[in-house]
Amino acid sequence: MRKALAVGIKEFRQIRRDRRTLMILLFIPVFFLLLYGYALNFDIKHVRLAVEDRDYTPQSRRLVSAFVNSTYFDQVASVTTDAEVNALMDRDQIRAALIIPQGLGRDLTRGVPTAVEVLINGENSTTAATVLGYAQTIIASESAQYEMLGRARIPGGTTVVKLEPRVWYNPELRSTLFLVPGLLAYIAMITAVVSTALAVVREKERGTVEQVRMAPIGTLPFIVGKSLPYFVISFVAAIGVIVASMVLFDLPVRGSVALLLLSLGLFLSGALGMGLLISAIAESQQVAFQMALLSSFLPTIMLSGFIYPISSMPLALQVITYIVPARYFLVALRGVLLKGVGFAVIAPQLGALAIFATLVMLLAARKLKQEWA
Amino acid sequence: MANAAISVEHLSRRFGDFVAVDDVSFDVRQGEIFGFLGANGAGKSTTIRMLCGLLRPTSGTATVGGIDVSKDPEGVKLRIGYMSQKFSLYEALTVDQNIRFFGGIYGLEGPRYQERRRFALDMAGLVGRESTLTRDLAGGWRQRLALGCAILHQPPIVFLDEPTGGVDPVSRRQFWRLIDQLSQSGTTVLVTTHYLDEAEHCHRIAVMNAGKLAAIGTTTELKNVFADRPIVEIQAPNAVDAMRVLDSLPDIEKTSLFGTAVHAVARRRGLTPASVKAELEARGVRVTHTEQVEPSLEDVFLDVVERSAS
Repeated sequence: MRKALAVGIKEFRQIRRDRRTLMILLFIPVFFLLLYGYALNFDIKHVRLAVEDRDYTPQSRRLVSAFVNSTYFDQVASVTTDAEVNALMDRDQIRAALIIPQGLGRDLTRGVPTAVEVLINGENSTTAATVLGYAQTIIASESAQYEMLGRARIPGGTTVVKLEPRVWYNPELRSTLFLVPGLLAYIAMITAVVSTALAVVREKERGTVEQVRMAPIGTLPFIVGKSLPYFVISFVAAIGVIVASMVLFDLPVRGSVALLLLSLGLFLSGALGMGLLISAIAESQQVAFQMALLSSFLPTIMLSGFIYPISSMPLALQVITYIVPARYFLVALRGVLLKGVGFAVIAPQLGALAIFATLVMLLAARKLKQEWA
Repeated sequence: MANAAISVEHLSRRFGDFVAVDDVSFDVRQGEIFGFLGANGAGKSTTIRMLCGLLRPTSGTATVGGIDVSKDPEGVKLRIGYMSQKFSLYEALTVDQNIRFFGGIYGLEGPRYQERRRFALDMAGLVGRESTLTRDLAGGWRQRLALGCAILHQPPIVFLDEPTGGVDPVSRRQFWRLIDQLSQSGTTVLVTTHYLDEAEHCHRIAVMNAGKLAAIGTTTELKNVFADRPIVEIQAPNAVDAMRVLDSLPDIEKTSLFGTAVHAVARRRGLTPASVKAELEARGVRVTHTEQVEPSLEDVFLDVVERSAS
C-alpha cells in the first residue's frame, strides 16, 4: 500500500507540473458545462414572433400585446395565412408564431372555453421548452384575468383560454436540468477515462514503465497508485460541475449528498477501470485516445439516454446500452438530483455500476499482468 | 560455480519461430564487471530481461543472487538494480522527487532512505541541485542520477543495458569510474555496450551473436584467438587497393579497415611486416608503413562474429 502511495504521490506531482493537463482536468469540465449549458439554453428573450390574428377583436389584440409587453417576444410580422407562417419559420425569420382563431373575442365574452395556437421552432429543444413555458405563463395569466373579471365561468375550473402547444421539429423537449446529469457523466468520462489511459500509456511510450517493472512492485499497487490522483481530480471536477450547475442553472439537489457522492464514486471507479484497461491494450497515446473515444465517449453521449432516449432506440442498440455505465449513472443521478429518491430506488443502478467497475478493474489488472509477465 | 552471483545454464528464449537467445550458458562471479558485447538484435537485451525476471525463459535455467528467475521473478527484483539506455527517470519531476519515487517503490523509509538519498545525490554530483527538473539536466548527470535511482536499495547485482548511449566521452569516463567503485564494494555488474573501448573496463566479456554466445573470457583470453595469427597494420595511400591485393595473398586470412589503416590477419605464425610490405610493393601497391600490432577488442569482436556466423 505504501508503494501504491509512492506511485500516487509521484503521479500527482507529475500532473501538478504539467499545468496544461491539470487545467484540462479541472477547468474543462466547468467550461463544457458553461458551453453546453448556455448554448442549449440561449436566446430566450426577444424571441421573433409572427402573429396571425384571424379574430381581430379587442380581446385578441390584448393577448398579442401581452406577448409583446412581456419582452420575451418581439413581434416581427403580422400575417394572414398559415402558409406565410410556414414560410417565415422555414427561413428562420421567426422562432414562434401566435395564431389566434376567429371567434376568440366572442367566446371570451360568452365565457366559452377557447384555444389559441402557438407554433414554436423546436430545433433547439431547450430554447423551445423555455419559449413554450413563457407562452403558457402569458396565456394562463391572461386567462386568469378573464376569470377574475367574471366574464367567464367555466365548470371544473379549467382556464378560459386553453393553449394547444405544438412544437415543431422536435416533439420531445428536454430542459437544462435534464441535461446536467448527462453532461456530468460525459465530463467524468473525459477526465477519468482519457486521462487515466493516457497516463499509463505515456509511461510505456517514454520507457519509464520499464524501470518500474524492474522494481519489486506488483501491478495492483502500481495501478491503484496510478489512478488515485485521477480519481481525486475527476471527483473534484465532477463536484465542481455540480456546484456550478447549482449556481448557474439552479440545479436542485433534492436527494442526499452522500448518495450523490456514492453514485459519483462508483461511476468514476468504472471510468478509471476503463481507462486502465485501455492503457493495458494500447501502445501509443494516439491509439489510447481513440480507444477511449470509441469505448467511453461516444457511448456516453449516444447510448446512455443523455441525448437520445433509450426507449426509442432500435432493439439492438437498446441491448448495448446495458453495458454502458453512463446509462445507470444517469438514472441514479437524475433520481438523486431531480427527484430526490432514496437508496432503495436507485439500488439496482448502483449495483450495476459497482459490478461494471469491479469487472473492468479486474480485467485491467489481469491484462496488465499478462503484458508485464 | 559456488560463489556465482549469476548463473545461466542452457538459457533459450523464442518469440514464435525466432530464437532470440539460443542455449546460452555462463557464470558471473560476485563483484565482477561482466561485459556483454554484440550487435543490435544479438540477444543481449533479451538475456538481461530474462535475468531480471521480466521475461520467462523458454527453456534452461538462470539463477540471479541465488534465486531461480523462472520460479521467483519478484524475489529477483528485490536483489537487482536495472538501468537502461533510456535513463528512465520522470522528466517532469525534480531530482529529489525522482529519488523519492524510486525510494518509495523500493520500500525505503526513514534514516535508511535519507542515507541512500544522500548517496545517490553524492554519486550523481547533484548535491545542491535537488530541486532541478530532471528534464533540465545534461545527459551525464541524468545518467548518473538514473544509476543512483537504480541502486537506491543497494542491490548486490546491477544490470546496465547500454548505459552510456548518447553521453559525452567525459561523462562516460566518470560513469565507468562509478561502475569500478561499485565493483570494488562487492557489487556484481552486468553491462551491455556497443563501445568496444568500454569493454576494456570489464573483467570478463561475453560476445553474443545471433542469439548464441560466440566467445567468453577476459580481454587477454579473447585476444588469444590471434595467438597464432599475427596482425599486420598497413598504412597505404590507397587503402582500398591495398585491401584488394592483400585479400588475394594466400598467407592473409582476412583484412579489415581501421581508420585510415588496414589490418591484415595472417594465417600462420611468422608472417612479418616486412614480407607483407614486399608482397604489396611487388604488386604495385604503395605502402608507407607496416608494423605488427596487438589485436584490439574490435579485431576480436569482428573475428568472433565472423567465425560464429560461418
